[in-house]
Amino acid sequence: MNENMPIDPEKVEPVKSIGVPMPLVDGPEKVSGKANYTADFVEKDALVGRILRSPVSHAEILSIEIAAAEALPGVVAVVTGEDFVGQFGVLPIARTEWPIARDRVRYRGEPIAAVAAVEVETAQKALDLIEFEYEELPAYFTAEDAMAEGVTPLHEKRPNNVERHVEYDLGEVDKGFEDAALIREGTYDCAEVCQVQTEPHAAIAAYDGERDQITVHASTQVPYYVHLMLEQTLGMPRSKIRVIKPHIGGGFGSRTECLHVELVAGALARKCKGTVRITLSREETFITHRGRPEQKTTLKMGMSKDGRITAVDTTTTQRGGAYAGYGTVTILYSGSMVFALYDIRNARYNGYRVLTNTPPCGAFRGHGTVNVRFAFESLMDDMATELGLDPFEVRRKNLLEAPTFTANDLMVNSYGLPECLDIVEKASDWKKRKGKMEPFRGLGIACSHYVSGASKPVNWTGEPHATVNIKLDFDGSLTILTGAPEIGQGSSTILTQCVAEVLGLDVTRIRIVTSDSLVTPKDNGAYSSRVTYMVGNAAIDAATNLKTILTEAAARKMDVQPEDVECLGEVYRAGSQDQGMTFEEVVYAALEGTGTITARGNFDTIPESWGGDKYRGAAIGGSMAFSYAAQVVEIAIDPDTADIHVEKVWVAHDCGKALNPLSVEGQIEGSVWMGMGQAMTEETRYHNGLGITGNMLDYRVPTIIESPPIETHIVESNDPHGPFGAKEAGEASLAGFLPALTNAIADALDIRVSELPTTPDRLMEIMEDKKRESRKSEKEKAGA
Amino acid sequence: MKNFVSMTLNGRARDDAIPGNMLLIDFLREIVGYTGTKIGCDGGECGCCTVLIDGKPRHACLTLAAVCDGAEVETIESLETEGRLSAIQRGFHEKLGAQCGFCTPGMVMAAEGLLRENPDPNEDEIRKGMAANICRCTGYVKIIEAVQAAAQEIASKEDAA
Ligand code: FES
Ligand code: FES
Repeated sequence: MNENMPIDPEKVEPVKSIGVPMPLVDGPEKVSGKANYTADFVEKDALVGRILRSPVSHAEILSIEIAAAEALPGVVAVVTGEDFVGQFGVLPIARTEWPIARDRVRYRGEPIAAVAAVEVETAQKALDLIEFEYEELPAYFTAEDAMAEGVTPLHEKRPNNVERHVEYDLGEVDKGFEDAALIREGTYDCAEVCQVQTEPHAAIAAYDGERDQITVHASTQVPYYVHLMLEQTLGMPRSKIRVIKPHIGGGFGSRTECLHVELVAGALARKCKGTVRITLSREETFITHRGRPEQKTTLKMGMSKDGRITAVDTTTTQRGGAYAGYGTVTILYSGSMVFALYDIRNARYNGYRVLTNTPPCGAFRGHGTVNVRFAFESLMDDMATELGLDPFEVRRKNLLEAPTFTANDLMVNSYGLPECLDIVEKASDWKKRKGKMEPFRGLGIACSHYVSGASKPVNWTGEPHATVNIKLDFDGSLTILTGAPEIGQGSSTILTQCVAEVLGLDVTRIRIVTSDSLVTPKDNGAYSSRVTYMVGNAAIDAATNLKTILTEAAARKMDVQPEDVECLGEVYRAGSQDQGMTFEEVVYAALEGTGTITARGNFDTIPESWGGDKYRGAAIGGSMAFSYAAQVVEIAIDPDTADIHVEKVWVAHDCGKALNPLSVEGQIEGSVWMGMGQAMTEETRYHNGLGITGNMLDYRVPTIIESPPIETHIVESNDPHGPFGAKEAGEASLAGFLPALTNAIADALDIRVSELPTTPDRLMEIMEDKKRESRKSEKEKAGA
Repeated sequence: MKNFVSMTLNGRARDDAIPGNMLLIDFLREIVGYTGTKIGCDGGECGCCTVLIDGKPRHACLTLAAVCDGAEVETIESLETEGRLSAIQRGFHEKLGAQCGFCTPGMVMAAEGLLRENPDPNEDEIRKGMAANICRCTGYVKIIEAVQAAAQEIASKEDAA
């Protein structure tokens, strides 16, 4: 009880946390340099781990000679593929990757050995002493080459190097095209891009020889998957493994699967019976990759005179890299999401995920949806122009009406897209300005959407989707225990707000412990924007259960029925005349007889959200809710250099309910901006499989100089199942930028850019071609 | 070969024997144990390692520790006073200038250097002053707001004094 601060129940009200813009609960650590990231756990006796990487793109391994390296003074352990007992991979159906290559290497830079030594120089010297003998195989660097007749398969079970072909044919596609007033087809190319989170991957593994236990700190979004893969590849029981995710410097999907680095650190630590720290260089982080694949999409669309889309036929091919990774999911997402933003009943899809001798791709923010969205919104815009329709009108013509199910059975209960469109149309003054801009200036619009968590988890175990515990003890402070990884997206803050809101307490009463398998409940991880929706709901459930315990305790003490107890956060009372009990008093009452309380909350998805079964893999895309976004991009182009300057972006995002408007804004701004990077400058390039953009200068991430002002509007459609109505906020706004930019270029120059990134070189070439052609046709006219 | 180096680090004088090829970033993180300063790239690309040397923002990953002999080096660990965040740190915290926080120590030090030189920068000057620092989370929108808020807070404090 806090006697120093008498509480006047007349003045006590439950504290509001939801909907309040709030700085991050872990902000003070981050701004003061106290937040520890994996590489910051500097242990005096830790050894340095280094990885030797393949100099060739595709080869049979004949031998890896490590004796000389092992003999070097200062080297404590050397490991190869032989030190692992199993393969890893995020999808249980496709665990095809060894932490260190065995038998064969499939991309340049794939790990072939690793050493632990007393210091960096020694480790490096040891790598140089390892002899690698191999026999080269034909290597394929494009999807087309990899799929050609008579190729050498990268993996035995995939004779034509197609990891997965996905197809569906929904409604009556041919009839839809027959009904169309206009049919157009276009092909759209997106370069491969990498997440380039600012923190390079890192892992520290500490092996306890006495107990045969291992503790791994990892820069991951999925500590639980890392745990499983350590078990699988090292052959250690999961009960002897502890995985901790400290602060991490961003993820954006690069760490939504276990990577080599954690497993190699684990193997080295076990072999040298000590602690090993591996921090990858930036170049190695590029080689580890797991970014968005290079993708070619051919889209055919039918449209009625008034802009209704009558049918869509999509064929898309992804260059997936050397291993399956998330590949099957990526190509399924492209299919399930390409048309489902709108009300389209006739849709056909052929998606090919191809294995190539390049670093494996993964699940980049907006997973699977971004490149097809670029194709879709580009073609839609061109067709609108051809039919003389306004781009906003054509989009409005095709809106869904919630609640509904899309043609592929995705459940849509809330749909704020109409409002998003209205807002950005008005904010950008579209009606007055569109088509009336000065030369070399343009406006473009596009829409996009994303899931709020995948309704079927990758690893089906029968457990709930999310579990949160809240511990309440004698000191009256509450501790949230969650496996949900805070990766900079602000999940710890959101979960704290959810719990605070239910209990009517100030957030400062609540502390949160995340992602340490020793103490926090298991969580699938931070990906597919699942945390706010799923873990948020579990947190609300836990807090509600705790509130019940507290209310019952208060009722016992006050000798009333629990229903008569009113919870005001800091005070529980029975009737407004009652002096009531302070929160501390209620806590003591609740602890009587039971001791420390742990309240648990769970969340599960409902079967209606599982995405149906109209085609094989149709579950991918199924989600409890979808977020929606519309954005207008304004640009000015320098006619001499073809430099594009983004003057401003107006974006509206339907996140259901902004639990924390400040962090929702931050998420949206970051997404839009990341879309800009992909649209304008970013591209990983290879020369015969050798990465040639493995740094942040050749791979051009936008700097503060060229980054535009972003005006963010939040739309709240209040999803019926979302935590306080919320949906995802951190992904949907990315995809829209790409087509909004190229639609703005079309507005400014009457040029359709269908290949990204739109670098000045590329745009200049197209502008020159256009000039030449118009000169030619003028000449022809003059000649005739 | 080790060099005898006397520098002032975060206001405290110290003497160290430092290998001639040791980078300032490694000296700070591994020898001194100041891990607030981060490494985000293989040299000079990201700005995560920004510290102040004689008041100017510098990349600790491109600076040899030995050349800091006689210099005054300041890192993110030096900014809090009496256990409270500095105006710039508070700006980054309250305006959400930090999401994952990995670029933040470098950003904050770049802003510190900027505001010492130009206490009232306009948006353009902020952009130029922070151009060597990459952030992958924020799109920079709230970073600009954070620096503006900090500049205002510093000015209002000075007015009051
Ligand atoms: S660590 Fe990237 S610039 Fe120094
Ligand atoms: S806050 Fe994550 S890189 Fe800037």
